[in-house]
Amino acid sequence: MIKFEDVGKRYPNGYEGLKHINLEIEQGEFVAIIGLSGAGKSTLIRTINRMHDVTSGSLTVDGTDVMSLSGSSLRRFRRKIGMIFQSFNLITRTTVIKNVLTAFVPDMPWYRSVFGLYNQDEKMKALAALDKVGILDKAFVRADQLSGGQQQRVALARTLAQNPQIILADEPVAALDPVTANQVMDDFTRINKDMNISILINIHHVDLALKYCSRVIGIRAGEIVYDGPADKVDKAVLDSIYKGGQEEEA
Amino acid sequence: MTLSQIVIQLLEGLIVSVRIFAITLLFSLPLGLLVAFGRMSKNALINGLTKVYISIMRGTPLMLQLFVVYYGPYYLFNIKLSPTYRNSAVYIGFIINYAAYFAEIYRSGIQSMPIGQYEAAEILGYSKMQTFFRIILPQVIKRILPSVTNEIITLVKDTSLAFSISVMEMFTQAKALSSSQTSMTPLIVAGVFYYIFNFVVAMVMEKAEKKLDYYK
Repeated sequence: MIKFEDVGKRYPNGYEGLKHINLEIEQGEFVAIIGLSGAGKSTLIRTINRMHDVTSGSLTVDGTDVMSLSGSSLRRFRRKIGMIFQSFNLITRTTVIKNVLTAFVPDMPWYRSVFGLYNQDEKMKALAALDKVGILDKAFVRADQLSGGQQQRVALARTLAQNPQIILADEPVAALDPVTANQVMDDFTRINKDMNISILINIHHVDLALKYCSRVIGIRAGEIVYDGPADKVDKAVLDSIYKGGQEEEA
Repeated sequence: MTLSQIVIQLLEGLIVSVRIFAITLLFSLPLGLLVAFGRMSKNALINGLTKVYISIMRGTPLMLQLFVVYYGPYYLFNIKLSPTYRNSAVYIGFIINYAAYFAEIYRSGIQSMPIGQYEAAEILGYSKMQTFFRIILPQVIKRILPSVTNEIITLVKDTSLAFSISVMEMFTQAKALSSSQTSMTPLIVAGVFYYIFNFVVAMVMEKAEKKLDYYK
């Protein structure tokens, strides 16, 4: 369970990125976070794996106080939380399978990681992860030869290879065409259902958010203005999230 | 003096040139990486020092730097060094000069890596060392290889600057032979040797580039 209690984030220049965030997300939920650019969506999900620090309140993941972690305890904590980016962040000039295998490096003894010696078990796990996202046949293709949607699936397979409990996705479909975006959202849904992995997704496409996610959180200017089931989101709710707003500075 | 005698004498010089070349690369490539770290350091002192170092190394002639390294200990501190110091002086001069150039090449490569590569490594739980050596450096090497090749080719030709402090490398030999025989031949032969040397270097580097560009 991810629990935010009165969490705030103030940047060194005084700007408040997040204000009084209170949230509880149970294991296995599929949550969409919507809001204008700069409203704090990215900041919110990036506090969960401590890519961003919070400056007030308390944030716990399965009882662990995220702000108390540092060094190796933080790295170990991050192994449980996968993350997907808008720009995929693959090593483009190497094969798909090698990209997935990079997920194992932190748990490997140094002499194997130095020479990139992956064992049978790791290779099988990597292939299984690729199979789960339906691109097993691309395992030995160079990552930059794939389409955007396929590259995002490689990133998803890399995350699955970590065996995470939570997946955070920061605008995962923003760079994809509508058909591919739907396919990737299907992947997320399947992973969420089959593996009971919690998924938090930042998304600009409200229609996709409502179609795929069970719960929607609306953010405006660093505050939660809506938190409830997707089927209760109507025009009034969307207006409260988007209307009259202009892009605010991050 | 026959052509074969000239060739043999120049080949002896070539061995010295190759040694300067090899030792310079062996030490300046890692040292350059270290300097690049200094140049990108957040510590203002380290950053400033490496900046000045690179600026001086790039801003003054290598020949002058060789003089400073060779004569400096005696002129400045009155330290008498044996004549064999000549060779060490050449190595030191070349290494510190080339490290500065390589540092800037590394820096350009490292800074061209998108931030997302670091983020992805971070969320996978990589340590800073793992991130650099397993994710960043291998990609940087591929990107900077053409610039490094350029620099290495320049180094082959620059070894002739050891002439200025009378190290018996190929150019020194060619110059001496040319004067004593009043002939162009030694210089032309030396030119051919430099060309072949660089031809081989370019070929090897091209192979390396192809090799690194795998799975295409």
